[in-house]
Amino acid sequence: MNVIEARGLGKRYGSTWALRDFSLALPEGHVVALVGPNGAGKTTLLNLAVGLSTPSAGAVTVLDGVPAGSRPALDGIAFVAQDAPLYKNLSVKDMVHLTTNLNWYFDQGYAIARLGDLGIPLGQKSGKLSGGQQAQLALTLALARRPQLLVLDEPMSALDPLARHDFMATVMTAVADDGVSVLISSHVLTELERVADYLVLLTHGQVQVAGEVDDLLASHRVLTGPAGDAETWVEGLATVHVRRGEAQAHLLVRTDTNAYEVPPRFEEHPVSLEELTLAYLRVPEAASLPGPRRAREAAPKEIAR
Amino acid sequence: MTAVTIPTPAEKEDSRGAVPWRRMAWVTWRQYRVAVAGLVVVLGAVSVYLWIIGDQARSFGGAAGHSLTLTAALFQVIPALIGAFVGAPLLARELETGTFRFTWTQGFGRARWTVATVAPLAIVVTILTGIVGSLFSWAYGPLIGGKYGANPLAGNTFDLHTVTFAAWTLAAFSIGVLAGLLIRRVVPAMFASMTAWAALAVATGVFLRPHYEAPLVSSNPHLPSSSWVMSTWWTQSGKTVSSSTINELLQKAGAQVSGGSVSLRPGSALGNLSPTQYLIQHGFTQVSSYQPASRFWSFQWIEAGWLLVFSLLVMSMVVWLVYRRAA
Repeated sequence: MNVIEARGLGKRYGSTWALRDFSLALPEGHVVALVGPNGAGKTTLLNLAVGLSTPSAGAVTVLDGVPAGSRPALDGIAFVAQDAPLYKNLSVKDMVHLTTNLNWYFDQGYAIARLGDLGIPLGQKSGKLSGGQQAQLALTLALARRPQLLVLDEPMSALDPLARHDFMATVMTAVADDGVSVLISSHVLTELERVADYLVLLTHGQVQVAGEVDDLLASHRVLTGPAGDAETWVEGLATVHVRRGEAQAHLLVRTDTNAYEVPPRFEEHPVSLEELTLAYLRVPEAASLPGPRRAREAAPKEIAR
Repeated sequence: MTAVTIPTPAEKEDSRGAVPWRRMAWVTWRQYRVAVAGLVVVLGAVSVYLWIIGDQARSFGGAAGHSLTLTAALFQVIPALIGAFVGAPLLARELETGTFRFTWTQGFGRARWTVATVAPLAIVVTILTGIVGSLFSWAYGPLIGGKYGANPLAGNTFDLHTVTFAAWTLAAFSIGVLAGLLIRRVVPAMFASMTAWAALAVATGVFLRPHYEAPLVSSNPHLPSSSWVMSTWWTQSGKTVSSSTINELLQKAGAQVSGGSVSLRPGSALGNLSPTQYLIQHGFTQVSSYQPASRFWSFQWIEAGWLLVFSLLVMSMVVWLVYRRAA
């Protein structure tokens, strides 16, 4: 089952396309990190997926073919928007009661217990809670709906490191206990690196990289060798990005092509997810996608600096 | 022809149906109880005032109630304020603070949420202002016709009576809700809704209300004081005489005509006659077109009727826009 499937999806604001001819299929059972620079179209994609906005072109379906925003889609997806919007004048208890009333299913017992564990007082106005507590409250309200898919839009941008850690711990507990699929957007990968097992890299409204983290890491290597030799090999290898130092050059290359071999005098190193992401972000025209490759991918370009 | 229906996953899930409407009762009440309480307090104070005035008008004749004609101007703003303070923030606050991203992604669905929020509040403001309007009609009753000569169709009070007061409030509320949805910010939406409502109210009074029914035409110079006279002109042997001809005639007779007013110069040919009497004596007939006070209720229902249709259209448009809207 695909939790999100987009085909030829486009979203235009005025004359600018935030997403254009966008296709993506996210399988269930993953914690998906949706990463990309600001303005890449992350929020646009999430809004389309949760049904808050309607596509200008193409279509997006969720939870195995259900149109985004339809009743079963709303039932099965819980969304925590950026800055975790809550009714600031309502108490925590009232927020729980409100969310209960707005949904078919809401696990009040879980919500109350979870808020108790977090030390969030039920009588407090939600506007008076700290940023971290507000994010936790929004997350608890989302998880208590027992969704199939949890969508989080930059949930941690306003949180301090400790609150970020606690927030992700709550998410990961839910993943372990309920097997909920999670889609988290962020412009900083570091906070997701430990938890995400699927990466979608978005640039200029296009999918640049999509795949399971393990596969991505397995299919990329960093080759380190003499800077002078680098030019010789860049063309022949599926090079994503070249980083040149004084004496040495580091080539991020893809290993899933026939052309791959470690050149003489070069050493092969595994790549970290952060390294890989940064390399692709620096080279918006390079792409790594599952399934049939794009034609232009056959010849990844070297980057002029 | 045999039709085979293959249930799609959507249909299977759908068997559970929508989240019941009654669930929204608590949500709407919890979120708007302060607004409703404020409304009850303000309109309650207005009602008490009206009751006192109406009571005095009945005990001591219309004199006490006469102050109502002055305060009527203040009453005119009540629908506009309800539209601005209850209607406009309804969606604008959700959109401005971003809570719509929370509420509209819950299982209840955003179009149904909008209906379940807008409809009860629309009914509440209509009923409350209906009560205030009825009290106004009752308090103002002694002033109509008779020695006070108040005209129930006059623009300054017509829309404060029972039916139209509620209908104008409903219209203001719907305009406020729509403005909030389109402008997406509370304060600008409040101003926009007041402006739009005032424009509609003025345009109705000036261009629409006089034409609800064809005016009556009468050559009786002594129309009942409760009639709403729209225009007056002179005729001679069945033909309309232009006002400049009349003015010339009066000037020749020694009256001074400036603007619309005619004043007498001492010792003029008019003698002791008023200009009207003078003209009548010289074979002219004064003709008036007017709306009789007896048409009050039909006018009330006509105005309330189209305002109700207008409000329902605006509110349907709001729901449709929320359903269709691109965030």
